Amino acid sequence: MSLTTESSTNFWLTRPFSERSTQIFLGVLLAALALVTLLHVAVPPGNPLHVGAYTVNLFGKYLSYALLAVAVDLVWGYLGILSLGHGAFFAIGGYAMGMYLMRQIGDRGTYGHPVLPDFMVFLNWDSLPWFWHGFDMAWFAFAMVLLAPGLLALVFGFLAFRSRVTGVYLSIITQALTFALMLAFFRNEMGFGGNNGLTDFREIVGFDLRSDATRLGLFLATGVALALGYILCRAIVTSKLGRVSVATRDAEARTRFLGYRVERFQLFVFVVSAMLAGLAGALYVPQVGIINPSEFSPIFSIEIVLWVALGGRATLYGAVIGAILVNYAKTIFTGVMPDAWLFALGAMFVLVTVFLPKGVAGLFRYLKRRKREDQTTDPDHQHTSKEASA
Amino acid sequence: MSLLQSLSQRDRVFDFMAPQASPVDVRHGPILYMEDVTVSFDGFKAINNLNLTINDGELRCIIGPNGAGKTTMMDIITGKTRPNSGSVWFGSRHNLLHMNEPDIASLGIGRKFQKPTVFEALSVFENLELAMAADKRIFPTLTARMTGEIKDRIDEVLETIGLKALRHQPAGILSHGQKQWLEIGMLLMQRPRLLLVDEPVAGMTEQEMERTAELLTGLAGKQSVVVVEHDMGFVRSIARQVTVLHQGSVLAEGTMDQVSNDPKVIEVYLGADDEEAA
Amino acid sequence: MRRFLSLALLCFLLLGATLTAQAQTDTANNSGSDNTGANDSAALELLEALDVESYTAKGEAITAILQSDDERARDWLQALLDGRLQRTEDGRFVLVLENRGRDWPVADVLTGEALGEMSRRDLERIGINNNLRNQLRSAIAVVDLYSPNVERRRTSAERLLGEVDGELVPTLDDLIEQEEDEQVRYRLTQAVAIYRAEAGEMAGVEALDGSLHPRSRVALSRAANSDDPIVANAAAASLAGIEQQLKLNRGLETLYFGLSLGSVLVLAAIGLAITFGVMGVINMAHGELMMLGAYTTWAMQQLLPGQPGLALILSIPAGFMVAALAGVAIERGVIQFLKGRPLETLLATFGISLILQQLVRTVISPLNRTVITPEWMSGSLVVNDALSLTLNRMVVLGFALVVFAGLMLIMRRTRLGLEVRAVTQNRAMARSMGIRATRVDIMTFALGSGVAGLAGVALSQLTNVGPNLGQNYIIDSFMVVVFGGVGNLWGTLVAGLSLGVINQVLEPWAGAVLAKIIVLVFIILFIQKRPRGLFPQKGRAAEG
Repeated sequence: MSLTTESSTNFWLTRPFSERSTQIFLGVLLAALALVTLLHVAVPPGNPLHVGAYTVNLFGKYLSYALLAVAVDLVWGYLGILSLGHGAFFAIGGYAMGMYLMRQIGDRGTYGHPVLPDFMVFLNWDSLPWFWHGFDMAWFAFAMVLLAPGLLALVFGFLAFRSRVTGVYLSIITQALTFALMLAFFRNEMGFGGNNGLTDFREIVGFDLRSDATRLGLFLATGVALALGYILCRAIVTSKLGRVSVATRDAEARTRFLGYRVERFQLFVFVVSAMLAGLAGALYVPQVGIINPSEFSPIFSIEIVLWVALGGRATLYGAVIGAILVNYAKTIFTGVMPDAWLFALGAMFVLVTVFLPKGVAGLFRYLKRRKREDQTTDPDHQHTSKEASA
Repeated sequence: MSLLQSLSQRDRVFDFMAPQASPVDVRHGPILYMEDVTVSFDGFKAINNLNLTINDGELRCIIGPNGAGKTTMMDIITGKTRPNSGSVWFGSRHNLLHMNEPDIASLGIGRKFQKPTVFEALSVFENLELAMAADKRIFPTLTARMTGEIKDRIDEVLETIGLKALRHQPAGILSHGQKQWLEIGMLLMQRPRLLLVDEPVAGMTEQEMERTAELLTGLAGKQSVVVVEHDMGFVRSIARQVTVLHQGSVLAEGTMDQVSNDPKVIEVYLGADDEEAA
Repeated sequence: MRRFLSLALLCFLLLGATLTAQAQTDTANNSGSDNTGANDSAALELLEALDVESYTAKGEAITAILQSDDERARDWLQALLDGRLQRTEDGRFVLVLENRGRDWPVADVLTGEALGEMSRRDLERIGINNNLRNQLRSAIAVVDLYSPNVERRRTSAERLLGEVDGELVPTLDDLIEQEEDEQVRYRLTQAVAIYRAEAGEMAGVEALDGSLHPRSRVALSRAANSDDPIVANAAAASLAGIEQQLKLNRGLETLYFGLSLGSVLVLAAIGLAITFGVMGVINMAHGELMMLGAYTTWAMQQLLPGQPGLALILSIPAGFMVAALAGVAIERGVIQFLKGRPLETLLATFGISLILQQLVRTVISPLNRTVITPEWMSGSLVVNDALSLTLNRMVVLGFALVVFAGLMLIMRRTRLGLEVRAVTQNRAMARSMGIRATRVDIMTFALGSGVAGLAGVALSQLTNVGPNLGQNYIIDSFMVVVFGGVGNLWGTLVAGLSLGVINQVLEPWAGAVLAKIIVLVFIILFIQKRPRGLFPQKGRAAEG
């Protein structure tokens, strides 16, 4: 798809805007953001159309998951790297945000210590660990949201890709990575609140986290982040670098013979993806009000992959659809019959991989092609077939 | 392989640690020079004291029975396999044994594999675009734009390999012969000094074979071309110089006529071939 | 402590030599026959004397019982110590057999005959205080030394370590001479030596040389502070030697635990080594197949109540079959459709693992089930005072090695093994030679899954059996396979055992969690250096 090679002589970052699929995606996303805002603000509570603060919050959570799914699709769909450890980048971004929010509590904690978060006081620590310094400043913390996962991805990817660890091996080590981090973060000595994680947040850049307006703001911010992340990923995959990625995915040795340093391209895309995952985590934490080591659990990471698989890999918009669908289903299931959720999730894994390898997006495209074949006499459709068939 | 050696190789996966490639120097003789090269896999000598010289602009055919070491020889030249001993020089300046695959590729050695490998998800045009000699570092690749010049160059190659009409089709739908040509086209995009072509006509129809012969002979002169081939008829139709490999070393060298009259060659290769045919 | 001990000794002195002689004759004469019946009235009198207000009087009564030379004295005193010597409303003395619940089973104090259950409210306990408790304990310890039962003598001699007082020494010396059991004699000698060493006597220090018991060490370190420089030096030298020995023993213990953990890892990973290494199939549900094996053991024990050992033995074939059948169902139902798509296989089997876990949670219970360890597997093998090896771990270690050897035999010596290797190396060629590749796939997968079942049976003896059992092992077992080199069973064995040992060696100074993290990081780094593991497959085929 997306092979606009010859026509695209423009700047790489703005190239996605000339794509039909991106235009539709952005249109739908912005419309949805506007609609939710409108139904939340303009429709009075009590009216069946009113969208409550809880729902806005829930949508915000879905959107941050969607951004995470886009990040995973970037590496899995276009680079062929199945990361089973993206939850780790998400969680690290979340922890960076969580640390900022903890510092924002100031002396309003249970123990009232001016600097130390409650859990440190509880553990009888007398000073802040070195890595907590600077997180009282928003700019530093927000930079860390991107840099910390990016750095981890850089080091890990550097080691993995230069040894040409790919395929299932890479999947397994990424899983071990997130597992190791989960064990580490469970330890109180790590200085991240251990089992309980970071919670009891109060405000973010001066706004009360419990107010409806802040929740709406976070929801909108997540939507904008998703849009920007999507555009960035789209720009990458429609650039020549994106085509090198696809080439790497399908024939790594061949790409190397063409003179591309495959491991660098893999590293670059992997790091970008990790940073996006970190951003998603950072937007997720203030909306759910807690970050704890369970976000590192291998099951969560592999669940993200399911969202992408269900939505359709290598489409990006499919990842968004998948993330929202699966999480909506999860919300419904866990509310109505919690025991059945894991059955449903397990069944989805099996059914999607066996029967729907191209996901929902693949289904869309199949239906679209069927429709077009029925109307081959229509000159308008012939015109667009070039792009779609590729 | 010692740990130290493997370490030093790994460093060079990232080219900021490696010296910048400089142009190939062929003023003092051949473009490719292999001397006393030996490779063994678990004690089996796939290449045994191989000596081979390819001149600039030459079209050389390499033949030999199965297991003669033809593919291993190509692996050595492209940096995929490291020999146990010997030296391999590209021009008089580049010691290929000290370089890795992408370095060697960017130096101007292109290789076409036995089994055609093209990027099936990408279009014919895009396959050629990726192959093109260009700045292949990350950010230049990310921000690369499609200019008229590049388009013209791709069109030119599309013309040469005869796939102009299929430019927007994904490479996955091409026939076997078309994939072989596309791959040769991709090599041409790299503007290589030396082209290594492994069994280009395997599985081709008669017409496709003729077309391929035309293509390869057309390239000689501008580029040096080394063709490894089993098909004797095809070799006869394109070869000027032929090298016969046997058990990892050179058995005979010369024109097709000279070689096919060499008693040693008849014994180990052509003779055996005749018997099979009989 | 000393004070109470002296009190006990007071009683003991009263017993004096008479008891020493008497006990010997008792052991000889009283075997089985009931010649104490005539003494029942005397015995009742003795017991009656216990039921008084004054604790001092009670102490005297205890002494009287000790002196009485009644064979049942020990049981009475033990019952008194445990608060099980009680009186009914009509004044009879009974032994409460089990004081749990509302109604207690009781037995006649004289005949030992069961009297059925009585309400706790109808019973009155004969109370004791702490002083008496200590008196009783010491008294029982010494009384037991005359018991005809070797086990009892051993336990009581063991209890004496570090509890000996000077006045007890001559008696113990006598006992040592008369004792026939090697172990009891050794313990008694040690007990006396500890006393002597603490008292700064050279003989004691010399006798304790090389003893690994913690009490000996305490005694020696006291002796090392002795005023007598010769004794102090000898004690210090002995201590140094013992420290050395202890270090060695601790090393051996760590090694044992490491090998034990390693054997579990090998068991868990070896099935994966077959399905992943040989077939290239990533089965994320492998851990759940182990879980099925463990639950089979549980189910067997439910079916055969009271015979945990038999159930466990039967679980070995049963666990294998259950897991193998489940494996075949997974292979036929899902994996065969995903041939050549390893990443999709990984995802699909992960889905299956979720379903299996949830199935167990829903059908059986989300809580852990108890699997009984049969008697012949519980307890431990005592090597010396500082080193004892638990039997269940040893059995599992042996079991792992047997399973490994069995698999090696299957892969090397049987038709199936040959076919598996052929299909692995060149599927198309193997097919054209008449090997039914599909059948081989099914058999291989069944074998790998069955081994997972065996691992589950073994694990049921070491850890909790619950729905998460498999999940806890899946990453570790993948690490073992990758570390050892995919497709190499020897590699899996070496990798599993060495990872187990590394983990245990790291644990004391890094803590359990950190040790695990360090091992994971180590493997991640190791794979960077040697992407194909410890023992990579060689040749062209492995390059793919």
